[in-house]
Amino acid sequence: MREPIKLKGETGTWEMVIGLEIHAQVKCKSKLFSGSATDFGASPNSQVSYVDAAMPGMLPVINSEAVNQAIKTGHALNAKINNVSIFDRKNYFYPDLPQGYQISQFKSPIVGEGWVIVDLGKGETKKIGIERLHLEQDAGKLMHDQHPKLSLVDLNRSGIPLMEIVSMPDMRDWEEAGAYLRKLRSIVRYIGSCDGNMDEGSLRCDANISVRRPGEEFGTRCELKNINSVKYMMKAVEYEAYRQIEIIEGGGKVLQQTRLYDPNKNETRSMRSKEEAHDYRYFPDPDLLPLHISAERIEKFKQELPELSDQKRERFQSEYGLSFYDADVLTADKKHADFFEVVSKNRDAKFVANWIITNFFAMLNEVEKSIENSPVKADQLGELFDLIQDGTVSGRTAKEVFEEMFTNGGSALEIVKSKGLKQISNTDELEDMVKKIIDDNQEQVNKYRSGNEKLFGWFVGQAMKNTGGTANPKVVNEILLKLLKG
Amino acid sequence: MTKITDLGVIETLEGLKSKEFSSEEVVSEYLKLIQSDSKLNAYIHFNGEKSLLEAKKSDQRRANNNSLPLDGLPIAVKDIFCVAGEKTSACSKILENFIPDYESTVTSKLWQAGGIYIGKTSMDEFAMGSSNETSYFGEVINPWSSDGDALVPGGSSGGSASAVAAKMAPIALGTDTGGSIRQPASFCGAVGIKPTYGRCSRWGIIAFASSLDQAGPITRSVKDSAVILQNMAGFDTMDSTSADIKVPDFINSCSKPIKGMKIGIPEEYRLDGLANDVQNVWESGIKWLKEAGAEIIDVTLPHTKYALPTYYIVAPAEASANLARYDGVKYGYRSENIKDLEDMYSQTRAEGFGAEVKRRILIGTYVLSAGYYDAYYLRAQKVRTKIVEDFTMAFNKCDAILTPTTPTGAFKIGEKNIDPVTMYMNDVFTVPASLAGLPAISIPSGLDAKGCPLGLQLIGKGFDEETIFSIGSILEESANFKNI
Amino acid sequence: MSLDKSTLKRVAYLARIKIDNSEIDKMTEELNNIMKWVEKLNEVDIEDVQPMTGVSSMTLREREDKVTDGGLEDKILSNAPEKIDGSFTVPKVIE
Ligand SMILES: [Mg+2]
Ligand SMILES: [Zn+2]
Repeated sequence: MREPIKLKGETGTWEMVIGLEIHAQVKCKSKLFSGSATDFGASPNSQVSYVDAAMPGMLPVINSEAVNQAIKTGHALNAKINNVSIFDRKNYFYPDLPQGYQISQFKSPIVGEGWVIVDLGKGETKKIGIERLHLEQDAGKLMHDQHPKLSLVDLNRSGIPLMEIVSMPDMRDWEEAGAYLRKLRSIVRYIGSCDGNMDEGSLRCDANISVRRPGEEFGTRCELKNINSVKYMMKAVEYEAYRQIEIIEGGGKVLQQTRLYDPNKNETRSMRSKEEAHDYRYFPDPDLLPLHISAERIEKFKQELPELSDQKRERFQSEYGLSFYDADVLTADKKHADFFEVVSKNRDAKFVANWIITNFFAMLNEVEKSIENSPVKADQLGELFDLIQDGTVSGRTAKEVFEEMFTNGGSALEIVKSKGLKQISNTDELEDMVKKIIDDNQEQVNKYRSGNEKLFGWFVGQAMKNTGGTANPKVVNEILLKLLKG
Repeated sequence: MTKITDLGVIETLEGLKSKEFSSEEVVSEYLKLIQSDSKLNAYIHFNGEKSLLEAKKSDQRRANNNSLPLDGLPIAVKDIFCVAGEKTSACSKILENFIPDYESTVTSKLWQAGGIYIGKTSMDEFAMGSSNETSYFGEVINPWSSDGDALVPGGSSGGSASAVAAKMAPIALGTDTGGSIRQPASFCGAVGIKPTYGRCSRWGIIAFASSLDQAGPITRSVKDSAVILQNMAGFDTMDSTSADIKVPDFINSCSKPIKGMKIGIPEEYRLDGLANDVQNVWESGIKWLKEAGAEIIDVTLPHTKYALPTYYIVAPAEASANLARYDGVKYGYRSENIKDLEDMYSQTRAEGFGAEVKRRILIGTYVLSAGYYDAYYLRAQKVRTKIVEDFTMAFNKCDAILTPTTPTGAFKIGEKNIDPVTMYMNDVFTVPASLAGLPAISIPSGLDAKGCPLGLQLIGKGFDEETIFSIGSILEESANFKNI
Repeated sequence: MSLDKSTLKRVAYLARIKIDNSEIDKMTEELNNIMKWVEKLNEVDIEDVQPMTGVSSMTLREREDKVTDGGLEDKILSNAPEKIDGSFTVPKVIE
């Protein structure tokens, strides 16, 4: 069993208690309560309806797809989907909140308690509890650097549907928190309820963290807001844990605060603007009726739920005979898994898995491309593997062909043809060539025959060199063995 | 000869149909009155050019035999409805000069039926009031005022009621949250109906209290109200609380007999000290309905006395959130006197809202705030459930309930705005039906001691406006109010 | 429960309505009178009563996920008291 990281202070060891709140932008075409678009990167206020701008007399109408996505996500989190949920108004003033309230869910969320299993490496796992998932509107965006005295307000994000997924305080170190966040991102991507892009803000994370002596009561927690990468979240948690320990050990008290993580300085600091006494005055939004979800609808999405990464990894191990490691790497991202399954169909799955992980992923990494943008598609890669399998190209040449396919395009077969990379397996042709090598190098032949067997490799090398690497090494070996015996 | 402006909705439509006069003439006549009004202050804006242009288009349609159900009929609109291209402010400084680019569902339906926008009528700021004294554009006078003794028209749809009573519009739209159509209709001697919650779309109507607001017409006759409601009601996908229920034939129900119908008289409305004049009109109403063959029965609505306090928690709570959008950022007024963001909010809202609106926002904020939510808001919503149950029980025994619309007739300007609670008492009879979302109509039925109108209220079952139109027509006929 | 001056100030802050010191006494009294009057509700037995969450007995209607709106920058901003480059503006916010 893996032991969570404990932190050493001056007075002893400390344990962290971490809970995450994740805001995941629901994948759908239009907003939660209006018909304007949700695309990323549009010009300011171009994706704003009168509803999103809170014009007088405007009313919300809920997007059915957002509800469906929340149900699906709830199932993927092994959670209870509530038949009746209620939308509340969360009241506060801020320039990015045009209504003066956010429509959210407070007392009766759409999804109740659930859990996920996170991977902690080396086959170790941990079950993390989910407290709830609720639907709510996103706020707009404020821009501070365009004017010396003014902040600009862009409402494009105003009203975009979010799922707020709240974990139980079950994580005990940043590794667990990181694994949980990655797991959740993988889940929402698997079921297509969120694209999981943290750099575009479609997945954002708030971390609640406190420290305590092992086994003692929870300490006072601080909330770290709006962290936009797994790496930063882990660093922020680490920094914050040490900060709190230092305070306590110095005889101070941790104040319950909302803090901001600054990735440039790797530190957290108090958000003064959020420190005012908040009183959100939640109450049911009278513009919306209770949301009823039928048992049939809940069941339908349960049935339609796609295979998730855990199940897929297990299947890859049993069906394709892959190692835990290979199966885990391939199933972390559904697109990778799908790619593998297309390529490995009717081919040697273990070989394909190994090749994809070592060569294909390495290449994608090198050029920083995602699998969707890979210049080599699954069927093209499959053709290359067929050429390896039927002996048209050697494994070594295949890498060269792949690099060519990747950088300049073209099919494997075309490249092999045009570059003359076809493997020579014709015994007569190779025998003539090997004979010539033997004739031209009698001195070496004599040495070999007198017992210097190491020279065998030298002959193979000559054969490969003469054919530009296209000779089938297996055939060359056979011929050499035969002819050198004399 | 009768003047065009003496005609009601149906008579005007008949005259237009028989080409006795054109819409252009009708609209011109009303515009003349609106322009020259220096007494009542019922209208705050009008746009003669636009109205006349629409009237000409309507006349053209008639000439081409393509006329629409309300073709050529001038309609006055309470300033709470967004009318595209026209200033819409809910009579608040905070929305001064706001011009929506969109049209409320209800007005858009009326324009599609051929109705002609004739102007915006005054109202209590954000519909918060019972006397039209809180309008940013000044008080409105009840046309029943005698010289030197200016009376309020009631509120919040006071401009609409005053305009209809003064024959400055054949019909005016109102909204009713706790009595804002029925009470001014009663004070001005007009018919006003608040339909069932969900019957008319709230889209494009500036919100006061979302769970209570409903639009409805104020007219000079029951049948006129039926004609207008017929054209404004109906399902709207843009309003999540709009009911997907077919709109029945309201006009037809105005001439249905009421013989054998059961009319409930709630004992709790016989408040201690109910004024004699009000009591007398109520008794007359009971007598008329009996004569028409209805059966009068006693019903009990035991939580009636809690309706008003419930309303004054629920409505301000909703309003406190609904009015949070008036923050000086997107539209409307922004204070000049600001250093920073906090100033922009608190200064803008302090200067932009009037006293009564501020009072209600503060109450609403208070009853929702931490530590008070359960004691006030949650408790009120539970009492509201009890009030709904009272009506459900009562309607097991009767088809409609008859009560006075208001505890008194119109009062003098300034008489009741010394103390908020005294003012709130005006709605004591109208608020219960609002809390329960039930349809209710006020019919002018007699006069108070001062010789000013008094209305009787009929409350119907949910989505049964037909019954109150039927009974209301009988009351109207028996009261013969026009000839008083 | 009585609504004292400090509560009024807190509520006014939450509601973002500036109240002059000269108004506070009068306002506290007025609001207190209203709150005293509504306390009549304490007489009602509300045990086991469900709070009302909507007048209608209907359930929430859902909309199809289609883009039907937007592209209204000019209209969205046409009533703005202040704007720059297609955006609303407010006094600089310090976060
Ligand atoms: Mg949260
Ligand atoms: Zn949230």
